[in-house]
Amino acid sequence: MSSLYDEIQAIRAVYPDDSESAVLPALRRAQQEHGWLSADVLREVADALETTPAYCKAVASFYDQFHLAPIGEHLVEVCTNVSCAVVGAQQVVEAFESELECRAGETSADGKVTLRTVECLGGCGWATIVAVDHHYRTHVKADDVPEIVQELRGDEQRGD
Amino acid sequence: MNNVATEIVLKDATTSLAEYEAAGGYAALAQARALTPEQVTDELITSELRGRGGAFFPTGRKWSFVPPKNTLPKPHYLVVNADESEPGSFKDNEILSRVPHRFIEGCLITAHAIDCTNVFVYIRGEYSGPYEILVGALEELRDRKDIRGDVTIVVHRGAGAYICGEETALLESLEGKRGQPRSKPPFPAISGLYASPTVVNNVETIATVPPIIAMGGAEFAKLGVENTRGTRVVSISGNVVNGGNYEIEAGMSLRDIIYDLGGGIPDGRTLKAVVPGGSSTVILTKDEIDVGYDFESLAKLQTSMGSAGIVVLDDRCCIVQLGIRFSEFYEHESCGKCTPCREGTRWLTAILRKLEDGRAGEHELDLLLDVCDRINGKCLCPLGDSDAIIVASYVAKFRDEFVAHIEEGGCPFGGASSLDHVLAPVAMHTHSPVAEVPA
Ligand SMILES: Cc1cc2nc3c(=O)[nH]c(=O)nc-3n(C[C@H](O)[C@H](O)[C@H](O)COP(=O)(O)O)c2cc1C
Repeated sequence: MSSLYDEIQAIRAVYPDDSESAVLPALRRAQQEHGWLSADVLREVADALETTPAYCKAVASFYDQFHLAPIGEHLVEVCTNVSCAVVGAQQVVEAFESELECRAGETSADGKVTLRTVECLGGCGWATIVAVDHHYRTHVKADDVPEIVQELRGDEQRGD
Repeated sequence: MNNVATEIVLKDATTSLAEYEAAGGYAALAQARALTPEQVTDELITSELRGRGGAFFPTGRKWSFVPPKNTLPKPHYLVVNADESEPGSFKDNEILSRVPHRFIEGCLITAHAIDCTNVFVYIRGEYSGPYEILVGALEELRDRKDIRGDVTIVVHRGAGAYICGEETALLESLEGKRGQPRSKPPFPAISGLYASPTVVNNVETIATVPPIIAMGGAEFAKLGVENTRGTRVVSISGNVVNGGNYEIEAGMSLRDIIYDLGGGIPDGRTLKAVVPGGSSTVILTKDEIDVGYDFESLAKLQTSMGSAGIVVLDDRCCIVQLGIRFSEFYEHESCGKCTPCREGTRWLTAILRKLEDGRAGEHELDLLLDVCDRINGKCLCPLGDSDAIIVASYVAKFRDEFVAHIEEGGCPFGGASSLDHVLAPVAMHTHSPVAEVPA
């Protein structure tokens, strides 16, 4: 029995029997472990939940935070909704693109960082918000980008 | 009206249980538990508190809809909506991060009022920071059965979907499904989570419950103005000096919120427009901000407090681009269940883009409004309506700017708008080209 299997059983125990509520937390846990949700991982989650991989994939594909394709070691998400955009989010995106030498939606050639733009992260008054490995950096300006990229190219572990 | 911050929800901010208790925390819970559930609900009805999630429904009344267990023998659930994904709104983030114990106290009082022992807090997946703080605060209560009583609080993380803020989509998501809205009735109070009676309340609503019990509903109802009692935590963002959250007494003037609390417009620019309550609310022009920040005053201008996200826009903002960026958002977040929303949000984006690029004629402006009409009120939930309503408001209030795009064959800002060329996620996630509007 894999530890992921055991962890998913522990998650299931939190919710009423015969409910499917453990699906989201189980997918999250699996993604934390494997980085992304491959067909094999979806099969593993489905088995642990006693459901089908298709069901797990149908649910996972609905949500923005689940990755159905591989991503880099680190994830950089720049909010480009209006409150961030009017104070320079696009310049921040472009600074990341030029530092990482890849476009938003892509992963840097060294496999270290995946960059993407996202919808409102809920930190509008502290714009621009950049989620680095799911933790918010606030008031980010284009000038701050080289330092963030340098930090990520060092060998910090990905947080949750 | 008071034009400084009035704190009852955010006051004595602390994440520590010891500090919270030292400041009188969890005393309201003891007070509430000495009352019957009906008495607690009556106190809420007296307070005239209305929900802070956007729909503004009277909280005490909502609780009173839950059928007693002797008429419907099923468990009751409290589900707290911490999905906060409306562009411009970030108040629940602050509440969970700064006063987690007041929030938990509110959950426990509400659980008592609706006779329930299972609370689920559905928090948007992106909120790792607030999640960790909340879980830490709950951890501190592990050995405090005196506070927890028989109540179990489960923090359930979403995974990135604005629609999961809509209460029935949230329940679907919490049940492990794709987050698509249900058709109502039945309403959650009768058949919600696991087909059981369920109260869904916003984070701020719940965090306002302890001060109401502590001061008494009648005292709370003296704060604010008629139809909007108490305080509101407003989120200020955009082109403003001091962006952030401020707890105000309801009814404070929007101008004071922007200029006194927000510090006005930076960079020597001038005000152009204000989105008063999150992306879904009808826009106000610079000449419409001498209005009380309350339900009735804003309703007279056909807009609302929504989720209290005030987005300030200076004179560099192209309103057509504003429409594009928000429409891209609704298009991205449309769950696809209802055709008018799924098709319509996509069309709105496409027509607005055609206008912005100078490829549109006068008739496209009519088409734009026609598409708005074809979405509005025709879906299970109001996500698509929001896009339709705001775009129609942009045209109504800034028609000259739309016409200028047509007459000048493109954007009159000539690349100098603050929203120029912003890359929305929709451009990256979907591989299909932007929908083309037939000539
Ligand atoms: C598209 C959409 C998104 C919503 N998002 C949220 C949200 O993020 N948080 C919230 O509390 N309410 C949200 N709501 C409102 C909820 O459906 C519901 O009215 C609210 O959670 C009830 O709580 P309240 O009575 O305490 O305000 C949303 C509604 C819609 C239609």
